[in-house]
Amino acid sequence: MEKIKSLADLKKKREELQTSSQLLSQSESIQVRVAMATCSIASGAKQVLEVIVSECNKRSIPVSVTQTGCMGYCYAEPTVEVTKPGHEPVVFGYITPLKAEELVTKYFVGNEMLEGVIPVNYEKVEL
Amino acid sequence: MEKIKLIIDNREVSVPKSTTILKAAREIGIDIPTLCYFELEGLNIHNKPGGCRICVVEVEGRRNLAPACVTECLEGMVVKTNSIRVLNSRRTVLELILSDHPADCLVCAKSGNCELQNLAVRFGVREIPFQGEQSCYKVEVSPSIVRDMNKCVMCRRCETVCNDFQTVGALSAIERGFASVVSTAFNQKLSYSNCTFCGQCVAVCPVGALVEVDHTPKIIRAIADEKKTVVVQVAPAVRVALGEEFGMKPGSIVTGKLTAALKALGFNYVFDTDWSADLTIMEEGTELIDRITKFLKGDKEVKLPLLTSCCPAWVNFFEYHFPELKEIPSTAKSPQQMFGAIAKNYFADKIGIKREDMIVVSVMPCLAKKYECAREEFKTNGNPDVDYSISTRELAALIKQANIDFNSLENVAFDSPLGESSGAAVIFGTTGGVIEAAVRTAYEVITKKPLPKIDFTELRGLEGVRAATIDVDGLKLNIGIAHGLSNARKLLNEIKEGKSQFHAIEVMACPGGCIDGGGQPLHHGNSDIIKARWEAIYEADRNMPIRKSHENPSILAIYKEFLGEPCGHKSHELLHTHYFDKAKVIEIKLD
Amino acid sequence: MANNKKQIRIALRNCGFINPENIGDYIARSGYAALASVLGANNPQNSIDVIKKSGLRGRGGGGFPTGLKWEIASKNHADQKYVVCNADEGDPGAFMDRSILEGDPHSVLEAMAINGFCIGATKGLIYIRAEYPLAIERLLIAINQAEEISVLGNNIMNTGFDFNIELRYGAGAFVCGEETALIHSMEGGRGEPTFKPPFPAQEGYLKKPTNVNNVETFANIPAIILKGWEWFSSIGTEKSKGTKVFALAGKVNNVGLIEVPMGITLREVIYEIGNGIVNDKNFKAVQTGGPSGGCLTEKFLDTPIDYDNLIAAGSMMGSGGMIVMDEDDCMVSVAKFYLDFTVEESCGKCAPCRIGNKRLFELLEKITEGKGTMEDLDHLKNLSKVTKDTALCGLGQTSPNPVLSTIDNFWNEYLAHVVDKKCPAGQCKALKCYIIDTEQCIGCTVCARACPVGAIKGEKKTPHEISQEICIKCGACMEKCKFNAISIK
Repeated sequence: MEKIKSLADLKKKREELQTSSQLLSQSESIQVRVAMATCSIASGAKQVLEVIVSECNKRSIPVSVTQTGCMGYCYAEPTVEVTKPGHEPVVFGYITPLKAEELVTKYFVGNEMLEGVIPVNYEKVEL
Repeated sequence: MEKIKLIIDNREVSVPKSTTILKAAREIGIDIPTLCYFELEGLNIHNKPGGCRICVVEVEGRRNLAPACVTECLEGMVVKTNSIRVLNSRRTVLELILSDHPADCLVCAKSGNCELQNLAVRFGVREIPFQGEQSCYKVEVSPSIVRDMNKCVMCRRCETVCNDFQTVGALSAIERGFASVVSTAFNQKLSYSNCTFCGQCVAVCPVGALVEVDHTPKIIRAIADEKKTVVVQVAPAVRVALGEEFGMKPGSIVTGKLTAALKALGFNYVFDTDWSADLTIMEEGTELIDRITKFLKGDKEVKLPLLTSCCPAWVNFFEYHFPELKEIPSTAKSPQQMFGAIAKNYFADKIGIKREDMIVVSVMPCLAKKYECAREEFKTNGNPDVDYSISTRELAALIKQANIDFNSLENVAFDSPLGESSGAAVIFGTTGGVIEAAVRTAYEVITKKPLPKIDFTELRGLEGVRAATIDVDGLKLNIGIAHGLSNARKLLNEIKEGKSQFHAIEVMACPGGCIDGGGQPLHHGNSDIIKARWEAIYEADRNMPIRKSHENPSILAIYKEFLGEPCGHKSHELLHTHYFDKAKVIEIKLD
Repeated sequence: MANNKKQIRIALRNCGFINPENIGDYIARSGYAALASVLGANNPQNSIDVIKKSGLRGRGGGGFPTGLKWEIASKNHADQKYVVCNADEGDPGAFMDRSILEGDPHSVLEAMAINGFCIGATKGLIYIRAEYPLAIERLLIAINQAEEISVLGNNIMNTGFDFNIELRYGAGAFVCGEETALIHSMEGGRGEPTFKPPFPAQEGYLKKPTNVNNVETFANIPAIILKGWEWFSSIGTEKSKGTKVFALAGKVNNVGLIEVPMGITLREVIYEIGNGIVNDKNFKAVQTGGPSGGCLTEKFLDTPIDYDNLIAAGSMMGSGGMIVMDEDDCMVSVAKFYLDFTVEESCGKCAPCRIGNKRLFELLEKITEGKGTMEDLDHLKNLSKVTKDTALCGLGQTSPNPVLSTIDNFWNEYLAHVVDKKCPAGQCKALKCYIIDTEQCIGCTVCARACPVGAIKGEKKTPHEISQEICIKCGACMEKCKFNAISIK
């Protein structure tokens, strides 16, 4: 990223980034976030991430997988948030590598809900 | 100074701003008990970790109890030092401390002089309600100091003097929680650390965790051995402090009684380290004159400033911390070792006995002297010049156990020939004294004129670092003086950086010099005691008929009869030494 | 499900949303905009006032007003000042700070820079425990990225303001969370507290004025700056504003990291967010404040959670540990667990903490072993009070809280251990009594063979008996018995 040269520059940069992320969300690709805090990794999040990436590649599913921090659902780790184009984000808990495969085959491809969906239980604060 | 008013135990008191509650209470005669708190006012030693919590008091409006030793008074403060809450807390804390302290007072070196024992007595503790684990450490006996950390109360006083005042850094708290204790780096023995054996840790330890190695049984055995001739020498600072052990007021000069007591104890010859102090001046003074003369003639190689070498802790300090400067100090042995060398190489011959049949004992205000007399270079075929060094406290113990009523002893003079001394020798006992004695002699030797005034008051005082310029008939002699190794460190760093302006520097490790050595009667933080001893030293000097070392007839006689001339061949053989680079011998040993 | 939006995520606003290793994600969510606004306004006192008016209090446990702390540091003049982020999270089971640092490191960096500008400091230090390698890695990445684009470092965004952040690693000592101990540790000294005053704001790191705040406190700052103090102070109770992050753990179904508005009740947290007690057992207590806190019982289930209410209830906010206990938990053992921790973590400087905690632990151990006396209970009470009243720092002043609060709330459990030699929760091994029901026992001898110490005697096909003198309460017999004939009394 380039240097931010002024306060106004920061604002410009933010708008650019927001636009590109909006574009991404309007695209055909599925957005996947895998919680990757220490505890998530300890419960297997790395393998889950790898499985999602490889399963999507196998099936040529357009997907953007990123790591993120703790989502707060310790009881259900590893947790994965999936945003399909035109859908609200859904958080899946208790994702084992096996279930990750299922997630791709059933939800990504077939739109079939899996067990272990975690309802949003917090109010988001947008700055 | 801005004054503030507060109320302590329903009494109004007015104190300068930033006075602690402890001191404000003392102003009005309320003695709040303390344990870890330690302060030598005027000598720059402060230990106020606020750790023991014995001094807690109740401050109105405050959630918890406040440690009086560190809490500063505020305007309008209302303090209670003896409420039930305070008394119960103090007692419980004391019981806790006692619950991790061996109850072996009967055989403890500090018994009767222990601050923890005093608290237990003051609080009337009859039983310790807490049972449980007790600390368990191996007792370490080093050449000078016995370390029994089972008795440590974590007051951290030793750590403070070792690190802040001496900058030796041998002692520090290690481990955590219940296991925390003051120890050396990597929990090594003191002997393997860079401890200088100055003994200040012993001087400030409130309990029996740090005490001197006790040589008194060896002394009794030596005296009892009819085949041995036992010779004793007494250091200058002992005579101004020993009286305290027998209830006399600090600063009492007890030279005559001390000599009488040593006679009564059965020593065959009672001599004076002051005698060899005069000898030291002859040697060290000559060395100083020699170096300065060479310097003035443009000799670039000459080592200046000359550093005194009487203090064994100081010698250890530069050997450990500044070995690169080991060629600078005077090579003259300390008075203790000069005495030993003369006693065993001259006096033994004179009285017709072998050196092996002579036992030389020194009575010193010092614990490093125990280490010094055991140094290998001060032995001939394994036989040391000085066999045992005992502290002022050990001598007092000997006198007490021998049923000698010290206070009613008649004054007795030192034996001849190693007993005659000058006033210049007695001031060796305090900071600035060695260099003043040297200046008295150097002046007259250089100028060949009598001194206009004998008292060089500009060299006296208790400030940590002092400097003075002495006009030796036109020659400006820059003198530096330091007591406390932290202060010595400052002057040594200047030398290392090539910034030192001094021609001669005197260093003593202990606060105020030998008068507050690690082997002196305990002052328990009362610096008035040290000041009284300091004044007594100069009084003893004034009382002497001869006040310059080079006028001591017995010294002049030994040069004529035995030594030849100062710094001559014989002197070099017997009265001079050399120093070692000990920085590299500090290693970790696992045993 | 009933857990509908009881949480508000301010400190955790980006955790779980952004890629912590990509500064672009942070900037897209208005990252560094708060810093830009503070720098743009160029009125440090104004910004301090915003924090003051927001009512934000220190989230590390003490609850000292953050804005006031900043103001004191800003008013002490010196050639150099420091901002320190306390990331030495040490409560057992607490991981709020780690989650923030791992999930949203920039929010802390940004807040530290804001803090630096407000108090006149150009150097920031994060004291983080070395046991947090991932947080350290992500912080280092974040610092690098931020410096690269000039939102941190020298001449930030061309405003002339310099702020550089370095990390300092702690060796995992709980006491180093205490700010003076933390500073000594950063200076390379022994990690132990010193008497205050002087406060770090007067004489802190390298004897310079230093402002120390906790990770979560910092994470709130950019939100307050951007959304305004009015917004922030509209959340929470009268004296405790905003939200608090808790690590909800123990016997609840949904353990997790939660951020709730101040004033929420324990009932809402446990039954709505936490989705109730595991296996529908009975709720017994909730422990807040970690080793410094206390236990809250059923009667406090509807008390709004804030700094002052928790203290009034005999516990404290602490840094955010919240452990739920059910009927199977022995409260004496709980107190013992925390004392074991503080004994281990005391620095050893002051006598009440060094020895007092040790003795408290030993007394509790004696009680859980069935050897306690009524006199021991008296000592336990007195020693707890004295330690609290006399210890040097926050660690020792609060370490008896788990004892005091369990004594207050579960006195009968203590009595049961001491008088009846029984552990009502059946947790204390030494007080367990394995009994064979002679009606059920068919004399199969399996238990006798399983017993490692030969405590079970009996003829084949006749009921067996356990000798209580020999029994070591290992439970092997009960595990092996196929007839449910063995029970614990």
